[in-house]
Amino acid sequence: MTTTPFSIGKLFKYTILIVLALFFLMPIYVMLITSLKPFDEVSLATMWDLPSTLDFSSYVEAFEKLGPNFANSFYLAIPATILSALLGAMNGYVLSKWRFKGSETIFTLILFGMFIPYQSILIPMIQFLREVGLYNSIWGLILVHVVYGIPVTTLMFRNFYANIPDEMIESARIDGAGFIGIFRHIILPLSITGFVVVAIWQFTNIWNEFLFAVTITQSDQQPVMVALQNLSGSQIVQWNVQMAGALIAALPTLLVYIILGKYFVRGLLAGSVKG
Amino acid sequence: MEKRKKKKRSKDQWTAIAFLMPSVVLLFIFVYGFIGWTGYVSFSNWNSLVPDFSFAGLKNYLYLFGDFRFQADLRNMLFFTLLFIALIILLGLSLAVLIDKKIKGESIFRNIFFFPMALSFVVTGVVWQWILNPSTGINNFLKTFGIEPMWYTDTNILAGFRWGEIEFGLPVAIISVVIAAVWQLTGFALAMYLAGLRGIPDELREAARMDGASELRIYRKIILPQLRPITAAVIIMMAHISLKIFDLIYAMTGPGANFVTDMPGVYMFETTFRGNYYAQGAAIAIIMLLVVAIFIVPYLWNNRRADK
Amino acid sequence: MKKKLWMFAVLFFVAIVAAACNSDDASSDSEGGDKVEIFSWWTGAGEEAGLNALIEVFKEKHPDIEIENAAVAGGAGTNAKAVLASRMQGDDPPSTFQVHGGAELNESWVAADKMEPINDFYEEQGWMDKFPQDLIDLVSKDGDIYSVPVNIHRGNVIFYNKKVFEENGLEAPTTYEEFFAVADSLEAAGITPLALGDKEPWTATQIFENALLAVLGPDDYRGLWTGDVAFDDPRVKEAAEIFGQMLDYVNEDHASRNWQDATQLVANGEAGMTIMGDWAKGYLAHDLGLETNVDFGYIETPDTDGEFMVITDTFGLPKGIDNVEDTKKFLAVLGSVEGQDAFNPLKGSIPARVDADPEKYDQYGKDTMEDFKNSALTPSLAHGSAASEGFLTKANQAVNIFVTQRDVDQLVQALMDASSDL
Repeated sequence: MTTTPFSIGKLFKYTILIVLALFFLMPIYVMLITSLKPFDEVSLATMWDLPSTLDFSSYVEAFEKLGPNFANSFYLAIPATILSALLGAMNGYVLSKWRFKGSETIFTLILFGMFIPYQSILIPMIQFLREVGLYNSIWGLILVHVVYGIPVTTLMFRNFYANIPDEMIESARIDGAGFIGIFRHIILPLSITGFVVVAIWQFTNIWNEFLFAVTITQSDQQPVMVALQNLSGSQIVQWNVQMAGALIAALPTLLVYIILGKYFVRGLLAGSVKG
Repeated sequence: MEKRKKKKRSKDQWTAIAFLMPSVVLLFIFVYGFIGWTGYVSFSNWNSLVPDFSFAGLKNYLYLFGDFRFQADLRNMLFFTLLFIALIILLGLSLAVLIDKKIKGESIFRNIFFFPMALSFVVTGVVWQWILNPSTGINNFLKTFGIEPMWYTDTNILAGFRWGEIEFGLPVAIISVVIAAVWQLTGFALAMYLAGLRGIPDELREAARMDGASELRIYRKIILPQLRPITAAVIIMMAHISLKIFDLIYAMTGPGANFVTDMPGVYMFETTFRGNYYAQGAAIAIIMLLVVAIFIVPYLWNNRRADK
Repeated sequence: MKKKLWMFAVLFFVAIVAAACNSDDASSDSEGGDKVEIFSWWTGAGEEAGLNALIEVFKEKHPDIEIENAAVAGGAGTNAKAVLASRMQGDDPPSTFQVHGGAELNESWVAADKMEPINDFYEEQGWMDKFPQDLIDLVSKDGDIYSVPVNIHRGNVIFYNKKVFEENGLEAPTTYEEFFAVADSLEAAGITPLALGDKEPWTATQIFENALLAVLGPDDYRGLWTGDVAFDDPRVKEAAEIFGQMLDYVNEDHASRNWQDATQLVANGEAGMTIMGDWAKGYLAHDLGLETNVDFGYIETPDTDGEFMVITDTFGLPKGIDNVEDTKKFLAVLGSVEGQDAFNPLKGSIPARVDADPEKYDQYGKDTMEDFKNSALTPSLAHGSAASEGFLTKANQAVNIFVTQRDVDQLVQALMDASSDL
């Protein structure tokens, strides 16, 4: 298609994109202006109005309360992301390149774990974690996120590795490389983009997860999403502080997307999307 | 020589299986062990704070299937899932096609569409609850065009007819929840399709163009079929989110008037932890898993066939 | 490529070490064991301040005992209840936890044999005549006392916009007849008569329970929960009809609002009245900066003069905790005049004790303290005091359906079915 600079099609295309972009930005606008209002100005009736004066006190208050929990979230999300990605890579490698009788069945069984409704297994899970002594610790929460992350990461890596030609593995094998050698020298170096995709997905999900966090950890162990909820009371919610807190709490995931967004698409392109 | 290679191979094969084992063991406990426990509870009489594992037969299941709220939940889940996935695919694909064409400011647009993915469902829920508030939200603008939808407070059921306890049809209120969910996750579909489009070799399009095929025809006959596996992956990722959806509903609308925006996940949480109906909650979980199986088994089966 | 691999390895190592360090801190923290862990869902502005003030009072008296404030927010206590239930089921109870007096305590944790009776403790502290007998009954089962009430909220209150009422020449209604007359005039003046925000259905249940109380009177209202009065009593139907009639006067977007959003409608004069527990006073006066008895007024819901719908937060002594003595010291502070007067003015509730200092409270507080002494106290259904949470969940569902469908017989039938659980 040879596009002339002023074609109607182009105008049409940009119009659609800009309209959609505005639609996508609308909620952000509401969050931003609400977070900059003093509490007595926050009401449904004035939700679209700009604040009369810029009031940053919500941010100060939210930051004071969320600050200590930020560290917890990093202690949680970074190891859990890396561990679940590594396990997923390992599983994906085995399930795509070292198939054996019944490996497809195992893959199916692993994948099914993705669909389990988490609310339903809270009670046995807490009892189990208490048995093994991991209840009320970040480690327990890491374990849970790693385990329930395995299905998704396995799926992504398996599809990713399916695109690596079997011949490469075969020739390495003839050169005498074993299971681990092939993984280290051939598969891992090819997986960087795969890791980016999986890491973004897992990091965001773990960072934003609330249900496990609130049930498995208590007070000073709690990640930032729980602290964010704790900004609101049982009866009165200060929406300005809540919105400021939500924006602060979303910063790390936001940065991940902005910095790695390009690689996200590139990583998907490298093959982890093929169903 | 031949023999040695074979032996090495089988030794490696065992290593491979050994590496798989930690995941398998963990999942066996955390998924199948806990599902087993849940299944066991669902057949018990444990419907108060005092655990009671006596056998109740199908009592909890029968109760649910005759229950107005649960019937409404199944209806809502069906329509939510269908609309949500259809819209995500449509919007994600269209955006990908638009952005793919080397436009100016690509990274800005991309980041705008990715941005909602960085937020948690709880935050999304609250913001959209405000925006779609029928008296103060976006209706402030729509009013000028003479339309004032009731959004998530609308209790109408489109094309409804009486079925069991409920009116079966599309609950209008569900559309609002779909909008919020689509807003949050379109970025994912966009990224997938963008990657897919860029993975299609230009030669393919060029060749078709040389043959005189129109742009539309190229998309229909060449591009879309190539994207089919991506669509399958998007469906499976989105289905697992939509079938379990909880935080978004909980923060945005709650169960809704006459349960027009209720979902099984919400019902299960409330009945278990607010009402202490542990066995009933467990039964809901098991039914949800069965519904999931209906979705996922054909996908997996298809996958396996394709692999062979 | 090698470099990248190394980066992975280093990252991985750092992550593990970071997590390990962190969890070391954690275990040394929680190994104290002697900490008194106070479990509640008080994390909001006023309530958190109240709890902290209470903890301060305790620290002054017992500087050697450590307190852990384990508050879990969200869903009006639902998240906290989920966490609590999981911990109690797993035999890991907190030292003491927040629970509404009445069925939420008696029909659940006491019935499950998870609570220690504290009659002797009450005698020891000399509390038997410091709390109203009706209230002690609310935290007792079969003659044993199980928890210490810290505050009282009132559930049967109408808050109304005084200016709107003055402009339209209206008086606050005391009977349902007057209520509907006022509602008609407001409607004629283009003002929403009754603001409702039933995004969470308990707000609608609260209107219904006040109608039940009005029609049945305190004795028979209590009888509903003890089984002495059946739900097919014609008066229950009458109350349901009044409830349905009231729903004709609510704002159209009620399902999209929570109680705060509904209260705002009264505050800015778009609506005339709202029926809400008296935490709404704290919201109107404190957060919206309105003046009590100038901008907004309050009166008990129609036909419930001399009756007091009680919502009380209490703390008990779970079985199986290892620091019973320290926890009792905390409960002693919680039940003391000093403790209650530190907590309640901030929380916006009134003290559960009848001998607290009224001077520490605002006019609304003083009035309510007076009413509290002289009224028949009845347990609130909507807040878990009247009936088990199982019944409440079913009742909330039935009310939610009723708000849309308005089928009185269906509501009564649903309550009948659910009452088999009582």
